[in-house]
Amino acid sequence: MTVRARVLVKPKAGILDPQGQAVERALPALGFTGVHNVHVGRLIELDVEDPARLPEMCERLLTNPLIEDYEIVEDADS
Amino acid sequence: MLGGVSPTVKFGVIRFPGSCDEVDAQLACERVGEAVILWHGDHDLQGVDAVVVPGGFSYGDYLRAGAIARFAPVMVEVTEFARAGGLVLGICNGFQVLCEAGLLPGALLPNTTLRFIFRQVSLEVATSGSPFTRACAPGDRLSIPVKHTTGRFYAPDQELARIEAQDQVLLRYAPGHNPNGSLADIAGVCNEARNVFGLMPHPEHAVDPLTGSVDGLAIFESIAAHVADSVPAGGVPG
Repeated sequence: MTVRARVLVKPKAGILDPQGQAVERALPALGFTGVHNVHVGRLIELDVEDPARLPEMCERLLTNPLIEDYEIVEDADS
Repeated sequence: MLGGVSPTVKFGVIRFPGSCDEVDAQLACERVGEAVILWHGDHDLQGVDAVVVPGGFSYGDYLRAGAIARFAPVMVEVTEFARAGGLVLGICNGFQVLCEAGLLPGALLPNTTLRFIFRQVSLEVATSGSPFTRACAPGDRLSIPVKHTTGRFYAPDQELARIEAQDQVLLRYAPGHNPNGSLADIAGVCNEARNVFGLMPHPEHAVDPLTGSVDGLAIFESIAAHVADSVPAGGVPG
């Protein structure tokens, strides 16, 4: 049963994230205030027949667990 | 190569799709020994004495720099070679590959400046107690170029403390020369067994007076000297 899943990868909390800081600094210049704690990561989308193997895929290839945290979101409709 | 009596050290420089500094690495190695290019798809280290994982953009830095190259076929043999004590030098993207492969501690993060940095930096030799820096003296300054966007060395606090305590930091950026925000100004680290070394700067680009500095030669000379010491009497390697 194929499932559509999304892996959201973001920098581990506590590690300096200059990309997030750059975005956070850019927003007020465009008139958006009250924005804090911005972090920039990446999204990996995949159709997977065995979603039970997703955590292993994340640990081995899709993320670097030393410096990244991840969240797996499975599409309810797939 | 015109030879003396001792057998010549043989280097193997890996070429991944997207590697770009492998030829310069081969030329640098050839200043102290012989060097062959090892294709990423071949399960064959061709009997080399030392492996170099070169700079560049293997697999386009897709996903994460070095994340895909670490699973290249030849990395099976490189890992076995490293676990058996063979010398492995990772330069820039090579350092990233070795960290992703778990052969070196820590990870490389984007430069704090978020910019690609390409300039000459001054490195300080932290220890000469390694096969990669034995031709240097502690405190020596090496003028070597860096060129990278993802060179900030990071390790969690406990791991960093362990690295420092075990003298695994071989090179630091000299005061004022840290281009990327690396923790503790770390430019290059080795593993616990001291046979695998990764550094972000490019010693292969500092071996000829034409480019302004020959300070990078010391690293290749160190490797050659270490290999020469390891060869049993009679001259037959291994």
